[in-house]
Amino acid sequence: MSYAKPLPKPDPLMAPFWDGARAGRLLVQTCRACNDAHFPPGPVCPACLSPDQEWKETAGPPTLQSWVRFHRAYWDGFRDDRPYPVCLVQLAEGPLLVSNLVGDAAGARLGAELRVVFDAVTPEVTLPKFALA
Amino acid sequence: MTHPLRNQAAVIGVGTTAYGNFPHTDEYGLAAEAFRNALADGGIAKHQIDGLVTCRIPSYVRMGEILGLDPAWSLTLPPHGRMSGIGIIEAALAIAAGQASTVALLYANIGRSRRVNYGGEESPNIWDPWGFTSPGAAHALMFRRHMELYGTTTRQLAEVSVAFRRHAGLTPGAVMRTPITIEDHETARFITEPLRLLDYCLINDGAVCLIVTKADRARDHAQPPVMVSGFGARDRFRSASIPNFDLEFWHDAVAEAGRQAREMAGVDRTDIDALMAYDNFSPTVLFSLEGLGFCPRGEAGRFVEGGTIGLGGALPMNTDGGHLSNSYMQGWALNVEAVRQLRGGNGARQVKDARVIQYVQATPCTRSIIYTRG
Ligand SMILES: [Zn+2]
Repeated sequence: MSYAKPLPKPDPLMAPFWDGARAGRLLVQTCRACNDAHFPPGPVCPACLSPDQEWKETAGPPTLQSWVRFHRAYWDGFRDDRPYPVCLVQLAEGPLLVSNLVGDAAGARLGAELRVVFDAVTPEVTLPKFALA
Repeated sequence: MTHPLRNQAAVIGVGTTAYGNFPHTDEYGLAAEAFRNALADGGIAKHQIDGLVTCRIPSYVRMGEILGLDPAWSLTLPPHGRMSGIGIIEAALAIAAGQASTVALLYANIGRSRRVNYGGEESPNIWDPWGFTSPGAAHALMFRRHMELYGTTTRQLAEVSVAFRRHAGLTPGAVMRTPITIEDHETARFITEPLRLLDYCLINDGAVCLIVTKADRARDHAQPPVMVSGFGARDRFRSASIPNFDLEFWHDAVAEAGRQAREMAGVDRTDIDALMAYDNFSPTVLFSLEGLGFCPRGEAGRFVEGGTIGLGGALPMNTDGGHLSNSYMQGWALNVEAVRQLRGGNGARQVKDARVIQYVQATPCTRSIIYTRG
């Protein structure tokens, strides 16, 4: 059966992120001039405006900053998953990501350490998701 | 020293339409009706209008054509919820700068009849692959943080929905008028847990018009003027990719906008007789109270317990029922309610001796306006 959930829209700025995820690496755009890490990526650094950007693997463990469960499906592809978990994650470098909390969520608390889990939802797309560490 | 912008503009006319499901008309038809109602309300002749602000109306030029207006000054605002405060402040500034003398501000929404649902394919964002969408979900993320950080409970949040529903029951034309209880809130279905149906605003059709003029002309009309006494602003765009979300509940932005508005108006927090807070989702009411300093940070849940924000309480809020129960006019109707309360004569929903009313929108474009009796 074909994958029925929304897939990332083609976006040249995001291509390194998706390439990294497919290879099992969580990458974040980082400024070569001032070392600011930011997500989602931009054409210039939001701190110093340098266009000189690279993608770096995140260092320390990400932390859980919030979590909710969707009881309503805004896409048919999520209908059978309801209620499905969505979490807010802060990378060690600072940027915030929205993703899914997988596995047992009973120990969820603000600031809990997470580990990234890579979910290859199609041959082309791997979604980074997170589990309690 | 008196702030040079204090009391330089006044609201002299307000108009609203019925609120509901109106597939037979559109933004132009609804806005034209609100415009006619505002002119009639204020005893204002159309030729006196020389400024036009439009919001959530497809074409500002078509709107002007329909109403037969060639304004000296105009401003077009996108269909975002946070534009009402911006529009009213910009109109006051245009008047103070002499760009216009009497500005009509028009807002219309046809979201109910056109089945707008504010999520999914309708508003794509980069988090779609993970199923994260809709402004309500962003507020659910914020409220979970508030629960974790401060121990706020959903029963406390229910106080907001219950109070505003009671107010709607006293408001002619409000969409949702049947009283609710805390238990009704606690057993309503989840939309994005921890938020439930009764934490979400309505989606309905309708339109609003305010007419703002130079203070020195404000007494020549049918209604007592309501002064735009002070206003403040602070934007936060640095986490815009998570729409309608702020890790700190816009706390410092709300505090700053509130301080600016109070200083311009020359009032203290204790002078505020009622507060109209943008309530697209019930948690923003708590964030607004904390940001404005009506209670210490983290204590808004306890503050709203026991009827504090209901009519008759220490700080009546959203006395028309707000977005949660009156009408989803994205802040515009709350500003109209501030005007109506300051004019007086609102029967059972009148705030006794209301002299100073504050409007606030805790959003990525935070704005606050303080209105006083003219
Ligand atoms: Zn930089």
